[in-house]
Amino acid sequence: MSDLATNRPVVITGASLYGDTKADLVLVDGVIASLSAKDAPTDAVTIDGTGLIALPGLVDLHTHLREPGREDAETIASGSLSAARGGYVAVHAMANTTPTADTAGVVEQVWSRGLEIGLVDVFPVGAVTVGLGGTQLSEMGAMANSRAKVRVFSDDGKCVHDPVVMRRALEYVKSFDGVIAQHAQDPRLTEGAQMHEGFVSGDLGLTGWPAVAEESIIARDVLLAEHVGSRVHICHLSTAGSVEIIRWAKSRGINVTAEAMPHHMLLTDESVRGYDPRFKVNPPLRTQADVDALHAGLADGTIDIVATDHAPHPDEDKDCEWASAAFGMIGLETAVGIVQKTMVDTGLITWRDVARVMSETPASIGRDEAHGRPLAKGEPANVTLVDPKAAWTVEPTATASRSNNSPFGGIELPGRAVATFLRGRATHVDPRFEGAFS
Amino acid sequence: MKHLLSTQDLSREDAIRILDTSEQMAATQDREIRKLPTLRGKTVVNLFFEDSTRTRISFEAAAKRLSADVINFGAKGSSVSKGESLKDTALTLQAMGADAVVIRHWASGAAERLATSGWMYGSVLNAGDGTHQHPTQALLDAFTMRKHLVDSPTGSDLAGLTVALVGDVLHSRVARSNIALLKTLGATVVVVSPPTLLPVGISQWGVKISHGLDAALDEHQIDAVMMLRVQRERMTGGGAQFFPSPEEYTRMFGLDGDRMRRLPDHGIVMHPGPMNRGLEITAEAADSARSVIVEQVSNGVAVRMAALYLLLAGEEGVQ
Repeated sequence: MSDLATNRPVVITGASLYGDTKADLVLVDGVIASLSAKDAPTDAVTIDGTGLIALPGLVDLHTHLREPGREDAETIASGSLSAARGGYVAVHAMANTTPTADTAGVVEQVWSRGLEIGLVDVFPVGAVTVGLGGTQLSEMGAMANSRAKVRVFSDDGKCVHDPVVMRRALEYVKSFDGVIAQHAQDPRLTEGAQMHEGFVSGDLGLTGWPAVAEESIIARDVLLAEHVGSRVHICHLSTAGSVEIIRWAKSRGINVTAEAMPHHMLLTDESVRGYDPRFKVNPPLRTQADVDALHAGLADGTIDIVATDHAPHPDEDKDCEWASAAFGMIGLETAVGIVQKTMVDTGLITWRDVARVMSETPASIGRDEAHGRPLAKGEPANVTLVDPKAAWTVEPTATASRSNNSPFGGIELPGRAVATFLRGRATHVDPRFEGAFS
Repeated sequence: MKHLLSTQDLSREDAIRILDTSEQMAATQDREIRKLPTLRGKTVVNLFFEDSTRTRISFEAAAKRLSADVINFGAKGSSVSKGESLKDTALTLQAMGADAVVIRHWASGAAERLATSGWMYGSVLNAGDGTHQHPTQALLDAFTMRKHLVDSPTGSDLAGLTVALVGDVLHSRVARSNIALLKTLGATVVVVSPPTLLPVGISQWGVKISHGLDAALDEHQIDAVMMLRVQRERMTGGGAQFFPSPEEYTRMFGLDGDRMRRLPDHGIVMHPGPMNRGLEITAEAADSARSVIVEQVSNGVAVRMAALYLLLAGEEGVQ
């Protein structure tokens, strides 16, 4: 990919900005210099954008890059490449690494390694509590004031379940405009949980993860956020009840945002029959009624964003019996295709909405000032080109990730990202465009 | 039939064929020489990731009476202290040429994983996977019920019978296996359990539900009552709180002499074993003339012979 990383200007001709406005994009020195190809410098690389959707570069608020600690599963380099291929220009790297990202030292290390690789902006998420232990607040101020300028804090993988700790965290991050991203899971209600608790779990004899374990924490946290006047972000919403609670909270004016994951928007707990651990994820795959509620919630704005929860695991953690397998699935390269399949092609949202839920709003929640900007003259040249007609069948091993634990193998997606530009530099281009760069 | 993983996979015809074959197997066990040459040269591996001497020796006896070579492979391990992985064990067994693997595992779905992951090609017989299934237990229970409660057993199902399962359905592979098979065979199933020990989706299972043994005896003419084992330490300790105390459980769900006498005259008492005498069943009930608990054990060998035979020897009749 390094051969693409030239500083030559790029001109994208005849693309459809946001899927509704035909224009050219001239990318020079990291900014969108013009919306007319006539202004392109003579040495510009030309990309034929006919039939392509141009979106502000995608931003993932929820990525696991595994480095430091689990470089066998993913590295910042491999995860960055996978993200670029999926159309992302920025990812927020979750804190559950080894060591935990709970100090300024660790977040600066992750941040600077991301910068060095240069394929996406890597924004580290800081842990809310030391070692994700749920008892002692980590030095969030130090992380906020570090070079990594952390604004999103999360114990993701674990819930900040102690109500006092959660309250203090919500209050504390106000001083640097931070946000707590809650992994909503009551730990007592989910001891030993393996899958969604319902008809299928009863059939399969797997310990259930009840919807109420998510919903009760969300209900508590939106009330806490209201009480202390803070903003709160809810990770990976998975149930119809959660959507209802967020809808209610927003109607009360509570400053809450919420995310949905592509796998929760496409798959149900019926996939667990057969006990293939590639379908094991936390929170678990739910029922069709929950999937429908997520679609409706994303369409009406109750759910603010789509994030991936890209969670790489090596083969040995998935090629085993269900109960021994790790939770999680990769998803950076399939996200935009799944959103197109479930939301755009079904008429629930437009491509302009995709720009909002996959770029603008995640950037705004994460306070990524240079991302999620309009496709307009003078703005940062962070651009994703999606070919909505490039249908493809997902092959789990054909990924830039070091892991191949995708649950979408064999599923046909209608489109995909065919080029990604970070500050005007191509970080991913489809083979059809490679000639343009030579 | 390639594998026997779950009673949910069995059609009515499959199930009756296994029960009829079991009858033939049981008949051979009255002969002077009980050993049949049917599986000579076949290797059956008993792969036990969880201790269960009763089930293992039952399968071992069944395989040996069919003249199979039996290898016992104890591979204890748990999600906490992992031993060799299931995959590596399977690859080893494949390399050794196992024709059938009888697997007992603490994880639900382990038998299905073994059968479908491409790790090995032999037949897989599920001898209990987590809280999911234990199909030969349900088959031996059905065999026992058919023998006692159906007029001309051979070729018949269990239509018209009412069977009560009493106790911890939530964690019970015996209950899951029995409910599916009993429904397939046309019996009515009454589940008698505190609400805490029923799965959330139970209302969709097509069973009748009762929250006390007295109420169940009032409301139904029960032909067979099957008491499920209560794992005392799992029920009230560690914050689990499934019921307040063993004493309260016994008062509401235990089978004693008085409750037993409320069964119809032909009614039988069953238990998959091992029993907690004094908790889910009293000695009076367990040792009564209505109890077929010991017979369940001997029927277990015949049913397992039938299962191994049908998996490994195909369709020919028993010689």
